[in-house]
Order: sequence, then C-alpha cells, then structure tokens
Amino acid sequence: MANPLYKKHILSIADLTRSDLELVVKTASSLKQTPRHDLLQHKVIASCFFEASTRTRLSFETAVHRLGGSVIGFADAGNTSLAKKGETLADSVRVITSYTDAFVIRHPQEGAARLSAEFSSIPVINAGDGSNQHPTQTLLDLFSIYETQGTLDGLKLAFVGDLKYGRTVHSLAQALSLFGARFYFIAPEALSMPDYICEELTDKGIEFSCHESIEEVMPELDILYMTRVQKERFEESEYRHIAAKFVLTADELKTAKPNMKILHPLPRVDEIHTDVDETPHAYYFQQAGNGVYARQALLALVLNEEV
Amino acid sequence: MPEKKQLQVEAICNGSVIDHIPAGQGIKILKLFHLLDTRQRITVGLNLPSAALGAKDLIKVENTQLTADQANQLALFAPQATVNIITDFKVVTKHQLQLPEVIVGVFACPNSNCISHREPVRSRFGVRSAQGEVRLKCHFCEKSFTKEIVSDAF
Repeated sequence: MANPLYKKHILSIADLTRSDLELVVKTASSLKQTPRHDLLQHKVIASCFFEASTRTRLSFETAVHRLGGSVIGFADAGNTSLAKKGETLADSVRVITSYTDAFVIRHPQEGAARLSAEFSSIPVINAGDGSNQHPTQTLLDLFSIYETQGTLDGLKLAFVGDLKYGRTVHSLAQALSLFGARFYFIAPEALSMPDYICEELTDKGIEFSCHESIEEVMPELDILYMTRVQKERFEESEYRHIAAKFVLTADELKTAKPNMKILHPLPRVDEIHTDVDETPHAYYFQQAGNGVYARQALLALVLNEEV
Repeated sequence: MPEKKQLQVEAICNGSVIDHIPAGQGIKILKLFHLLDTRQRITVGLNLPSAALGAKDLIKVENTQLTADQANQLALFAPQATVNIITDFKVVTKHQLQLPEVIVGVFACPNSNCISHREPVRSRFGVRSAQGEVRLKCHFCEKSFTKEIVSDAF
C-alpha cells in the first residue's frame, strides 16, 4: 500500500494528521542516518520562488540534489512571465507542472500554494505563502524537537517574541496540539498570540498560559522557541525597550533542564545573544541543517509509493 | 366594517419569494446573491409591516427557482427569512434555512493580499459556528472573518 502522502499536495499543517507528521519526522530521521541517492532519480523538481528566501530555497534544492533529482526554477519573480507579461499564476502553474514531477512554490500572497494545487496534476509543496503557512518549516521544527527529545508527546514549550505575526509559531502550535503539548507564551502585548489560535487550543483541550518573562518558566521547559521581533512594527524607542526585554542571554539558562533546547527559525538579529551559541542548549543551527532532511523526507514521500 | 386585507406586493405565478428579511437587508441580498443577473422581473418590498420583525423586506423573483443551497446561503444574513417556491400561484416548496457549510462565489475575500483576487477562481469560504458567532474561513488564504467583515468588504 502506498504511503499516505504519496502524490499529495503539502499546503498547510492543518491538512496533515498526527500520523502524517510522524511519518515525515521518522523518514527525515532515517534519511539523516542512512542517506539515499536514488529516491528522486530521473525526477525534475520545479523550485519557483516568487519572493527571495535564502534558507528555504537552498535547503529545498539541496534536498533534491541529495536524493538524485534535478531542479529547474527561479529565485525571484522578476524575470518571469507573471512579472513581465502579466500572466496569471494559474496559467504559469499549468505550464510549469507539465514539465516537472513536483512543484515547490514560495509566493508573497496568501493562498498561492492552494490555488496552484487546483491547477496542478503533480504534488504542490508550499514553501511559504505570504503570512499564511510555511509547513516545511514546521516539519523541520518537529524533526528537530523529536531528534532532541526522543518524542513529540507531552512536551513543554515556550514561544517567545512576535507571536502575532509569526506564522512559524502558529503552525508549530497547531501541529504540537496533536501531541498534547503544554505551551507558555511570552510576547509584548502588541504581539501576543492571536485569539483564533488560542481558541483552537482551548477547543482541543490544550493547556497554555501567558507570561511576562522567560525566567518565570525556564525550569519547566523542554523547548524554548525564540522568534524575531520585527523592528519595523514599533517606534525606535519602543522597539529598544521591547527588544531589551526579549533578549536571551546565557545567564538566563542557569535554571534550564540539562536537555532543554533552544530553537529559532532564523535569521536572528539580537534576540539571542551570541554567548548562548556556545551553550549545550543552542540548537538553532542544527535545526536549520535539519531543513534539508525534513524536505528530503517530504519530497521522497510525495514522489515514492514506498520509502 | 371588517378591515380589508390585501397583498401589498402583487402575487407571482412562478418563481421564488424571499420573505421575512430583516428591514435594511433586502438590497444587500439582491446584490450579494446576484439576483439581478437572472434578468427576470423582480419585485422588492422594503420596510413592510411585520408582526414578527416590526419591519421587513421582501423579494420576489419571477421564473427562478432558488435551490436549497442558494436558500441556505441567505441564512447568514437573514436567519429568519423564508424562501417559498411558487408554481401556478401556489407554494410548492418551503425551504427551511440552515447555515451552509460552504459559500462559493458570493463575497470577495476581505484580505487584500489573498491570491483569489487576481486569479481565475471563485471565492470560497468554509462556514463555522462557534460560541454563538459565525465565522467564515477563506479556502485560499485560510484567514477567518466574522460575517459582518466579509459582507462589508463586498
């Protein structure tokens, strides 16, 4: 029997079940331990980035090469028929998907990946659509959590920083709610977790609470998930005040559990002091490296009946 | 002398009558549901007296039979409305309005950055009722809105 993700579109974390998530995580783990160079042999993957993205594009393209496939595509929309000739995204998708075996899309507008899926006969993978979804980031986060904690079940996580606009924390909270997580939210009031996410968590019976500082909850945590507070959302003086309050330093880690790990979707600016990098809790660079394995797992699963 | 009763709006031979629309919603419903596109004769009554509502609006569309799905889409804005299908001056079907699961091609997404605005697709919203509030979630951008925000953006 084919794996449940075979020939499926990967558009939103909300479309995936608990067992789908476990399958991706376990496949990523297996590919990290035992590399496979044959899973995308003779396959051509479209990597269409309508807006720039360093880590996501490079890790997708690395994943394709490592699995023996080839990549076509572009790194920004500037020279495409959409930008130059006014072609619709729907028409571009019809054409590009007739050349290739899977279609990876990054787009500045929300819903672009789901729209692409309606005009595509091959699997579409969402590499980020505006402020909406970035499911492969969530999958690499889950893989990193599983890798460091040995489980996804019943973990205690703090989310720190911009919880209002950060799609990464929204998707990760939704995914981990399938595994009975306990959440601590630490954010400036103007950037607190949106009501609709809190309502979803309440509906699912997930316990969460809001806190003023990281120190309050540090001893409880298995995972500390930091995000960047974007400067442009505040006035200069307000930003300096807020940024100072949400900066993590090595000193603050003294009460952390030995196996507590710090994750961050990167790029960081100054929310994690560089003295944290040398502690055993820092895991954000390994997490970024795991992006290749998570994306390998996903591509392998959508293009192979069995992996 | 007994009070003389008569229909305030002329009866129709064949078509649909949407009655008990809250006063002030009639024109919005005409536009939202593209009733003018039927090119049929339409009679609209506004601010008519109503025992139940105080005042009501009413729409009669000739030679057009609204389906149960179309009638259900009205439930968002006029939950107490009734939709009667008329054949030979008689009511042959009374649609009981239920909140629809999906609304297609009626409203534009209020999110100005939603891809549905510039592409050849019809808008699509999932309808969810939670804690007494109806919310519409865009199929494409996945953002949720109250019904007021969605209809005001029209």
